[in-house]
Amino acid sequence: MTPRFEPVIIGFLCNWCSYTGADLAGVARLQYPPNLRPIRVMCTGMVHPDLVTEAFASGADGVLIMGCHPGECHYFKGNIKAAARAKVISIILRASGVDPRRFELNWISSAEASVFAKLITEFTMRIVKLGPHKVAP
Amino acid sequence: MLTFKVGTLARHLGVHRNTVTNWIKKGKLKASPAPAKRYTISKREFTKFCETVNIPGETMENLFRETSGRTQDKKESREDLKIPGGEKLIGSVMVVGGGIAGIQAAMELADSGYYVYLIEKTSGIGGTMAQLDKTFPANDCASCIILPKLVECGRHGNIELLVLSGVESVEGSAGHFNIRVKKKPRYIDTDKCIACGICAEKCPITVKDEFNFNISKKKAAYIKYDQSVPLKYAIEPSACIYFTLGKCRACEKFCPTGAVNFKQSNEIIDINVGAVILAPGFKPFDPSKYDFFGYHIIKDVVTSLEYERLLSVSGPNRGALLRPSDDMEPRKIAWLQCVGSRNHNNCGNSYCSNICCTAAVKQSMTSLEHIKGRDLERTVFFMDLRSQGKESERYFEKAKKENVRFVRALPHTVEPGKDGTGVRMGYMDEQGRVMVETFDMVVLSIGFEAPADALMLAELFDIELDRHNFARTSCFEPVETSREGVYAIGAFQSPKAIPRSVVQASCAAASASRLLMEKRGTLAKTKIYPRERNIQGEPPLVGVFVCSCGLNIAGTVDVERVVEYAAQLPYVAYVENNLFSCSADAQESIIEKIQEFQLNRIVIAACTPRTHEPMFQETLKSARLNRFMVEMANIRNQNSWVHQEDSIGATQKAKDQVRMAVAKVANNYPLQQERIKVVQKALVVGGGVVGMNSALTLSGLGIETRLIEKGDFLGGNALKLETCFKEEAVKPMVVDLIRRVNQDKKIKVYKKTTLESVSGSLGNFHGCLNISGESETIDFGAAIMATGAKEATPCEYLYGESSKVMTHMEFDVNILYNQNEVNKAQSVVFIQCVGSREPQRPYCSRVCCIHSVKAAVTLKKDNPGIKVYILYRDIRTYGEWEEYYKEARDLGVLFIRYETYGKPLVKKKGDHLKIDVFDPIARRQVRITADYLVLASGVIANDNKNLADLFKFTMNPDGFFNGAHPKLKPVDLSQAGLFLAGLCNYPKPLDESIEEARAAACRVVTLLTQKEIKSEAIKAFVTDNCDGCAICIDVCPFHALSISTEGNKTNQARVKVVTDSALCQGCGLCAATCPNEGIMVHGFTVKQLLAQVRAAINGFVPKKEC
Repeated sequence: MTPRFEPVIIGFLCNWCSYTGADLAGVARLQYPPNLRPIRVMCTGMVHPDLVTEAFASGADGVLIMGCHPGECHYFKGNIKAAARAKVISIILRASGVDPRRFELNWISSAEASVFAKLITEFTMRIVKLGPHKVAP
Repeated sequence: MLTFKVGTLARHLGVHRNTVTNWIKKGKLKASPAPAKRYTISKREFTKFCETVNIPGETMENLFRETSGRTQDKKESREDLKIPGGEKLIGSVMVVGGGIAGIQAAMELADSGYYVYLIEKTSGIGGTMAQLDKTFPANDCASCIILPKLVECGRHGNIELLVLSGVESVEGSAGHFNIRVKKKPRYIDTDKCIACGICAEKCPITVKDEFNFNISKKKAAYIKYDQSVPLKYAIEPSACIYFTLGKCRACEKFCPTGAVNFKQSNEIIDINVGAVILAPGFKPFDPSKYDFFGYHIIKDVVTSLEYERLLSVSGPNRGALLRPSDDMEPRKIAWLQCVGSRNHNNCGNSYCSNICCTAAVKQSMTSLEHIKGRDLERTVFFMDLRSQGKESERYFEKAKKENVRFVRALPHTVEPGKDGTGVRMGYMDEQGRVMVETFDMVVLSIGFEAPADALMLAELFDIELDRHNFARTSCFEPVETSREGVYAIGAFQSPKAIPRSVVQASCAAASASRLLMEKRGTLAKTKIYPRERNIQGEPPLVGVFVCSCGLNIAGTVDVERVVEYAAQLPYVAYVENNLFSCSADAQESIIEKIQEFQLNRIVIAACTPRTHEPMFQETLKSARLNRFMVEMANIRNQNSWVHQEDSIGATQKAKDQVRMAVAKVANNYPLQQERIKVVQKALVVGGGVVGMNSALTLSGLGIETRLIEKGDFLGGNALKLETCFKEEAVKPMVVDLIRRVNQDKKIKVYKKTTLESVSGSLGNFHGCLNISGESETIDFGAAIMATGAKEATPCEYLYGESSKVMTHMEFDVNILYNQNEVNKAQSVVFIQCVGSREPQRPYCSRVCCIHSVKAAVTLKKDNPGIKVYILYRDIRTYGEWEEYYKEARDLGVLFIRYETYGKPLVKKKGDHLKIDVFDPIARRQVRITADYLVLASGVIANDNKNLADLFKFTMNPDGFFNGAHPKLKPVDLSQAGLFLAGLCNYPKPLDESIEEARAAACRVVTLLTQKEIKSEAIKAFVTDNCDGCAICIDVCPFHALSISTEGNKTNQARVKVVTDSALCQGCGLCAATCPNEGIMVHGFTVKQLLAQVRAAINGFVPKKEC
């Protein structure tokens, strides 16, 4: 039997909302697949596009950026900037042969543990369906 | 205010005590009950009464002297502010109540050098705000904004949390109270509890969950809520079967840390404090007492607070909006306003609860988010829609646009729907038609009542309450109770929303601080750490500590394999497994191992850094390491707890997480908090009552202050006011303020002065003043904007064409306080919302309804024959001012509502005015002949653009300043070190303005009493790669970046970006914008994040030399 494909998904979680929401998912014992590798950042606005492209270049199968809902950013509009960048990142990814479906930006508030668990489950399923990401030589 | 006992008054007047009681009952003597079998009455009322029953002047004088003794003492002692026996002052404060108001007051005082005891009766702090789903008007998630504050409060070195505690007795007086506190047993040792929840899981008994307003169950071993502070479980003894039946002890058996202790008992603690701040909050009105609401009879009738929990993602339905009767998603919801408020007839609550209208608007809008994409019919039944807060009117308009239906009616019948689901309601619409409508769910917008322990607190602290048992305070001393050194804030003072509670908290902190100034810093503790070890040049030596967390981690993750794996990673010099890495003995072990193996970096694989990183950072400091040399791998909250079914996957993930943390920590370097020298001087812009109050509070707390005023006199708008809303005379207060400001040696007043330019930032601002054409430069550490606002000039209703048409302020000066004119007048008409709440000025001015209604009352009292009409859209006499509305109606003032499409028509006719308006109750056009027409023209902002541009903060579309956060930072501007107060923030009455003035001053003092401000270490820094392209400058939300062209010695001017670390908040927007790695944030450099990314990829092990 071939082992199930276990994708590696890198998640950039903002300290104020999404990381807290992810912690709360733990407190509530909401179950989701163990493929997310969380990286805590202060704000989604600090995630440089290079980090995303580098993640794919290193062999990540998926990348998620998660931050506060629009209007709730601890730094006023970091998440809005992140959203603008996300659009550009998708374009870059497509151009460099990465399926843009492997990348997503999402809003998770600190109370939305169930939303977080659902999102990670669905995103993991999507990446499993897409199969392993092959790094271009 | 006079306070008397019935017996005493009867003796003085020579009547039987029952006569006095009857007078009070019949309202002839308008006194209201106060604690200790006393009554209070305003001086004005009492004088009137004495005149009506012909009491000789002499007796009256005697009565005044006897009954007002205490109040006068208080005034005198405030005057010289030296308390007899000042030696005895104690530099600590007790705050009773751990809601948002109490927390804010505690933090404010603890930050400015006082030791604080925070007393909370439940097992965790957070209060009502922690129970809310969203907050208006930004729809911010309540827990997102309060949680960081709770954590900060919980671990503040100068705040001692006493939960499950209450005050037992009080002795002493202002400056030195001796308070006995009873602390109930928790039956869980908080030092040992790791909040794993096994006790609750094993507990066989369920009880109602009060945090969810009893709509769900919890176990007898419980945690108040998942993010509670302190994050510790507790046992409810009244439900626990060990206490009731003598056996079970399952929690004790299964607790992995042995934290359960059934032997705990009540603890009595005697505490000495200098001042007390009371913030016990409110009691939600209980509608089950009145069957006509259908509450507890019809399942689908819930209260607004229960609904808040139903919406909350952390609530019983995990955020799914389901109605209680059949767990179906509702399609049609109604909100019923004024349940338990503005209802003198049934429950005696003749006040308005202030927040329920906007809260219902909020709930109607946020409900949609919970039933994604589907239809939801929303109807709000109301009497007057009161959205008088900042941005609230826009919020209300937005709801209308989003198809929320607002019906001006109060349903008379609430019945169960078919098959016991839903609710059938009967009401009469505005056209007088009897309507019956069925809803899936009905939300009762319940009002506030005084907290259950109000009477007890009043007795214990000997403070006066008003007749609804809220704490009695005055307009000019808005948080001072009748007892010196005891302050009342938040909903206990009067029903109010979060921002004003926060303002009052800071205001009370300023007053308490003033009282205890001499003893500031005497009891506050500072921890001293050994000198940091210099690790420069050392290769990374990482120690990894893997926590089992009892079975919380080890039950899912194979901890031993993780330990083995970690030992093979690059740089790792030592690995250890702890049963609990957070335990005191584990901390000792970490310190020992750091010394033994000369470790210079630490990885803790355990729970979440959000709650535990500060603790491990302290441990590192004790071990002579820089606190930023630790990283946490969150293998509990984000691993073992969420992958309980997948041990292999979880173990793999844990290894990866440890590897990522090691990779990052290897790239960590010591960070120092920057110390910013502070100019300990403040600037106040604006010389009105607010500016003067701020200046006096600042100088009273030792801060040298410059007060600039663009006009040539102090006093501002208040000079035109006769009395405040609490009937206290304004003029003497203003005169006294001006005298005190002029005499104060620490305040320098500049009249006819404006600010021309400003540079610098928090702690070091430099400004240039224009003093009648001459310039002067000043330095200051922080500033308060108190530039006020003004009465709008109407351009309608014949204003300017007839001398009989006046604005509020003109009417007050010319007619209202001129007894002759009032006696002559036969008819006065007020028109509300003149130019307000219209597209060109879409906000409510908050004060005009109260002003008109109060003026109408005065007119009627002074000349009972006069006819007074108030033409209005919604009467917004919010909070306690509702009493005036009731009084006005009792006195026969006629209220006629008009709509914007049917505005009154005003015509001149000889010496009089003819006003035509449609009366919706009589359903016909009516014509009123008036001697005077008073236009409630509202408040408009002064032209503040220049000031906003100078300091680089923003204004809202109406020209009022934007605060940093509408809920929790109401007097902070978005730029650090700048604050706002009074009318330039939003229209508001005098008492609220004074609160803000003192709150802003308190915030300034907290900053400026430090000689140096330690800034956060996580800040942006510029690297050698910066080529000065400057694209990061516009991105920075804090204006912390600028371009520098300073040349070096080789004469090659190098353009480079520079950061102002006082302004930088470390968000990293600049770093992600820079194409060059020219600017980065400490702790989150590209190198650190990339190391984490690379390490995260399976099988990818960072090389030794990376």
